[in-house]
Amino acid sequence: MRELISMFLTFARVGAFTFGGGYAMLPVLQREVVEKKGWCTEDELTDMYAIGQCTPGVIAVNVATYIGNRKRGPLGAVFTTLGMVFPSLIIITVIASFLTHFAEYEAVQHAFSGIRIVVCALVTKTIYTMIRKNVRDIATLLILIFTFAAVALFHVSPIIAVVVCGTAGFLLGGGKKKEG
Amino acid sequence: MVYVQLFYEFFKTGLFSIGGGLATLPFLKQIALRHSWYSVSQLTDMIAVSESTPGPIGINMSTYAGFHAAGVPGAIVSTLSLVLPSYLVILIVSHFMEKFKDSPLVNHVFYGIRPATAGLIAGAMFEVFLLSLFDVNAFQASGSVIDLIRIVPVAVYVMALLCVVKLPKVHPIVFIIAGAVLGIVLGL
Repeated sequence: MRELISMFLTFARVGAFTFGGGYAMLPVLQREVVEKKGWCTEDELTDMYAIGQCTPGVIAVNVATYIGNRKRGPLGAVFTTLGMVFPSLIIITVIASFLTHFAEYEAVQHAFSGIRIVVCALVTKTIYTMIRKNVRDIATLLILIFTFAAVALFHVSPIIAVVVCGTAGFLLGGGKKKEG
Repeated sequence: MVYVQLFYEFFKTGLFSIGGGLATLPFLKQIALRHSWYSVSQLTDMIAVSESTPGPIGINMSTYAGFHAAGVPGAIVSTLSLVLPSYLVILIVSHFMEKFKDSPLVNHVFYGIRPATAGLIAGAMFEVFLLSLFDVNAFQASGSVIDLIRIVPVAVYVMALLCVVKLPKVHPIVFIIAGAVLGIVLGL
């Protein structure tokens, strides 16, 4: 029971400090779940992000469910998922009841501009680590550039990008790893 | 019964919105047209609030919409309904993931997907990056590169990046809070 509560609280903390969608939460998630608790490895988290792109629903919830299930089965997944949505429920309900013009306050807008810049810095480091780990040859470098361009410049759906790159990985037979 | 309707609408939204956060938007718009829970113009406020509060945007949107429809119980029903399809699908997917974890085929597929995930995240953050650090409108108006760069935000970004790299022990949440304070103090 204590572990389930710890799972709930960990994901509540992640939910409370996720600003600007599922991607922005990756640095916090990595710290809490991979480094502090060791509930999954960095690779598993990365894979889960890719899968979360292609399965229905909010990515943050998909990741929470996956990790909870992996650690303590379906019941664990209930606790992590509820933890993830709990801060939103409280915060949004309070704002919707009392602070109807919340988003228009100047201080809020300034705070969020500051947060966005810091999140950019945090994510920059995360992406750098991911690239160092997973870009091992020309093929993976091309995949990286292709997906970035497809999503950033041509607004291709992430699902298409994941399916295409997964197929490419399959056709390439996992690179030259077999020789080693 | 409004709760049954909320369950139906948000379960459907959760089941068919693939690819995160704002993918729920087209569904929320349809809901606004079909029910009197909130108007399409309120939807714009909802997006603003969802984006300027912590938490996954899809969850924030559904909580806000549910609250408008039927108060706190409505918020709870709509949020849990949105989450339920993810929960079920992920349980099934992870069952197969565990089963085929060591198969070379799956490893080959992930050899392609892992660098793609890095590209996806970079691509998704690109717009935030651009909007926060650069002033494209001023650049297009004057044609001068100096107008392109927002000096204070870029300085904050560089400083933040240095801190993040040099102080790996400090929790990301500390940086996020510092960012909020800095934003208010500097009037970013």
